[in-house]
Amino acid sequence: MTDCLLAVRNLSVTYPGDDGDVRAVRNVSFTLGRERLGIVGESGSGKSTTGRAIMGLVGSPGRVAADELRLGDTDLRSLSERGYRKLRGQRIAMVLQDPKYSLDPVMSVGRQIAETHRTHVRSTAREARRAALEMLQAVHIRDPERVYTMYPHQVSGGMGQRVMIAMMLIADPDILIADEPTSALDVTVQTQVLAIIDDLVRSRGMGLILISHNLHLVSSFCDRVLVMYGGQVVETCAAGNLAEAKHPYTQGLLAALPQLGNRRAELPQLQRDPAWMADLA
Amino acid sequence: MIALDGVSIAYGIGARAVVAVRDLTLAVGEGEAVGLVGESGSGQSTVLRAIAGLLPSAAGQITLAGEPVGRRRTTAQRKRTQMVFQDPYGSLHPNQTVDQILALPVAIHRLDRGEARIAQALAEVGLGREHRYRYPHQLSGGQRQRVAIARALILEPRILLLDEPTSALDVSVQAEILNLLYRLRRDHWLTMLMVSHDLAVIAHLCERIGVMNHGQLLEITTATAMANNQVTHGYTRQLLRSNAGFDRSSVSSGELDVAAG
Repeated sequence: MTDCLLAVRNLSVTYPGDDGDVRAVRNVSFTLGRERLGIVGESGSGKSTTGRAIMGLVGSPGRVAADELRLGDTDLRSLSERGYRKLRGQRIAMVLQDPKYSLDPVMSVGRQIAETHRTHVRSTAREARRAALEMLQAVHIRDPERVYTMYPHQVSGGMGQRVMIAMMLIADPDILIADEPTSALDVTVQTQVLAIIDDLVRSRGMGLILISHNLHLVSSFCDRVLVMYGGQVVETCAAGNLAEAKHPYTQGLLAALPQLGNRRAELPQLQRDPAWMADLA
Repeated sequence: MIALDGVSIAYGIGARAVVAVRDLTLAVGEGEAVGLVGESGSGQSTVLRAIAGLLPSAAGQITLAGEPVGRRRTTAQRKRTQMVFQDPYGSLHPNQTVDQILALPVAIHRLDRGEARIAQALAEVGLGREHRYRYPHQLSGGQRQRVAIARALILEPRILLLDEPTSALDVSVQAEILNLLYRLRRDHWLTMLMVSHDLAVIAHLCERIGVMNHGQLLEITTATAMANNQVTHGYTRQLLRSNAGFDRSSVSSGELDVAAG
């Protein structure tokens, strides 16, 4: 694939524990083109850790190992912290779950966006301000001048997440990693925020990794889905075909979801098979 | 079993009062499970807290099991109505073992056979004897929620109020808790009022569903009507669409715009 933005081969993340090492991510491999890739799994399946490993955010004592971890033509494995700092924001950006905790509470949201711009692009304060206002407009905020001066506690959850997206996209990265970007939002706002991500990712030709526990959301939003269990990718399939998933874990998860059109007295409970934990690769 | 007649609930007093629930009328029959859906800030949790006696109501009358109740409840009234909260990490005392957590309501209500009651409540929610002397941090999220349900059940209530009981849980654990609630309602003939933002979860347990927005009950519909998309109110339709997953065509460009403030 010529259009490969990110290549990951046999990525593992290990944390030392009292009873030996804990392998949070085990031999995960995938490539990302200009597409929307979803990673689903339950809590503890390693989906967020995978995202953090790509961003170089796994801190000590965690260890990252991979046979290949390449962003375009940059080898991420040999990158220094300094090199990573240049890359984050400019080439890969990440949107986290709760805008309340990821924005600086004592700086107006506009200045935070402008600061990101000045960090990555050589620009004057005036240019950065104009770019920030344009970006706020791009995430459909109707009165950017006013929102620019607001502080994070003054904006609603949905608006905060728009601000985060604006801040992450202002330096025009190649890849956006969105880790549960809408889980803290109401369902109707969730659709709007996703629509904005969708529009921007498409128009800028970016690659998107959407990390979520919500099977419905991922299968309806993404092009391709990775299903993770116990730190491994147990299944990869086209998002539209998630209903025909082959792995018993994916099937069990889908069956355990209550459905509006199909009411059952009891939901089938997921029976975990220890064999799923065995190394696949 | 639960009758709300023109109930309004406000936070604060005088000119600065915020009316969270306005003129709500709702009746839940004995053994029935009714759901309340809506977005955050619609006032569903406030309704549950008022029924449980945790909040005073500003106007209207709440009647539980045929008895009109006010702000001050008798011990018998409190025993009859129990609540399960959303976050099992926040609703259990971190320094008390499961045994202590369950023993407290028994002591407060001066019930006999405390030992037997605790053992029975644990068995009922599917926890073994080995869990009895553990602290909450030694339990998983699903096990904690089972303890919270056991704490409510140990008083043998007639009414169980459920505030987002599964939204902090993984899908596979959610299925286990929903099955547990279903069995408990069937076996104990419990009256349930449940709040959730997830329509499928509500429709799984409840036949009648009230839709709330901005503190008002917009309509009362049924799970069957929702499944067949036969809802009348525009807001309910919007909720249904959002719950079905992401559909780009359901959002027009106009809807994306948010005004400041």
